Order: sequence, then C-alpha cells, then structure tokens
Amino acid sequence: MILDLILFTILATLIAASAIGVVVSATIVRSAVFLLFTLIGVALLYFLLGAEFLGATQLIVYVGGTMVLVVFGGMLTSAGPTNVLRTKTAEWVLAGSVAAVVFAMLVRVSLRLGEVPTAVGEIPGPGPLGVAFLTTHLLPFEIVSVHLLVVLIGAAYLARAKHRPRNEDARP
Amino acid sequence: MTLELTHFLILSAFLFACGLLCIATKRNAVGILMGVELVLNAANINFVAFTRYLPGFRLDGSVFAVLVIVLAAAEAAVALAIILNFYNNRGTVDVDKANELKG
Repeated sequence: MILDLILFTILATLIAASAIGVVVSATIVRSAVFLLFTLIGVALLYFLLGAEFLGATQLIVYVGGTMVLVVFGGMLTSAGPTNVLRTKTAEWVLAGSVAAVVFAMLVRVSLRLGEVPTAVGEIPGPGPLGVAFLTTHLLPFEIVSVHLLVVLIGAAYLARAKHRPRNEDARP
Repeated sequence: MTLELTHFLILSAFLFACGLLCIATKRNAVGILMGVELVLNAANINFVAFTRYLPGFRLDGSVFAVLVIVLAAAEAAVALAIILNFYNNRGTVDVDKANELKG
C-alpha cells in the first residue's frame, strides 16, 4: 500500500514536471521531448493502476505513433532554430489565471468526488475488453472504425503532393 | 494513508490545466496540438482511475479509454495534415497569421 503511494508520488512528479516543461519550452522540439516524458509517465501510471493493456496501447500508439507524427510535423514546419515564436507577457498572465481558476475548480470537484465510496477492483484485460467491443459496445467500435477510415482518407487528401497540374502539363 | 481516487483526479486536473495553458499561450500550431494531447491524456487518466475505483464502471471506462487513445491519434494525423497545408501556403505555422477565415 505504502509502496503504491511512493510510486505514485514519483510518477506524478515526473508527469507534472514534464507537463510544465511542455508549456514553458520555447522551441517545439524541446516541447516534444517533454511531451514524450509525460506520455511515458502516463503509461507507467496505467501500469501502476493495473491496466496493463491500456498502458501497452498508450506506449505503442502514443509514444510510437503520435509522437513521431508530432516530431515530424515540428521539423517539417520549423523555419529555423532562430525563428522562435514568443508569447507576450499579458497573454501569459491572462492564460495562466484562467488555467489556475480551472485547476482550482477541478480540484474542488475532485475533493468532493473523493467522498464517494469506492471499491478497488480489477481492470478488465484484453479478453473481456475484446468481448465487450463485439457485444455490448459494438456501436462505438463501429463508429470509431469508420472514423479511422475517414481520417485516413482525409489526411492523405489534405497532405497530398501539390503542383500536380504542372506535371501533367509536362507530360506528352 | 493509501492511494485513493482523489490523488489521480488532482493529477489529472493539473495535467488538464497545463494543457489548457499550452493551448492558450503557444503561437506555434504544433505546440497547440501538444496541448490538446495533454488535455486528452488528462481525461484518459480520469477514465482509468474511475475504472479501478468505481464498481459498475469497470468495462465502460476501459472501452472509452481505448477509444480516446484512438481518437487522439486520428486527431493528430488530421491536424498535422492541416498544419502542413497551412505551412505550404503561408511559410509559417504562427496561428496569428491564420486570419483570412473570419466569421
């Protein structure tokens, strides 16, 4: 029990520190590295909670897939190491106060939710999850699969190579 | 003192606030995308914590946590395609320069 708490404290410190790093980093690649540490910390948190399948999914999809996309996007769109977009101090103050107010509200709600009686139980593994996806939760599963197809086509259409008409003109 | 639901909820609230701050302050579109990822991860921590600590939410929480991960990946793919298009047209990813579509 006390080991759980110690591990949670270490992981929470890692996650919170890297999340702050994402916010305050000026360059996009540095933000991406901090985001990587945050995502790994969240995956370890899932392992701590006993959700091994979700932790593995988080590592594969987020750390392996989404982060590569974000890093590629950051590198393809960076105009050079000296061209860093700065934020005004007034914007920092305004956004920081809004975020602090939201954080305070969420903590207040969380403390009230903490009084709800809880019972620690096992998180379902891949087996019950797969059965649930094909029986009781079939509709969200189908929606998300069609959504993935739409996203695949849409992303390929949006990011296609430009200036194709000029090539066609050159063709005999 | 044991590990309770409240600990996870407060960590998730902090992650959400960081994501919100990131979305509001970054001028680089890719940075804003990172803020969205932080917010989605905060929501996912909540889902998994509720799955563990609330009886009657065991299956739904896991299912929706998986769906959130899938949707986050899809959202990142589309957003990066849009950002690359914007960069091809304008030569920058400063969101303040995206001021032609006004409604």
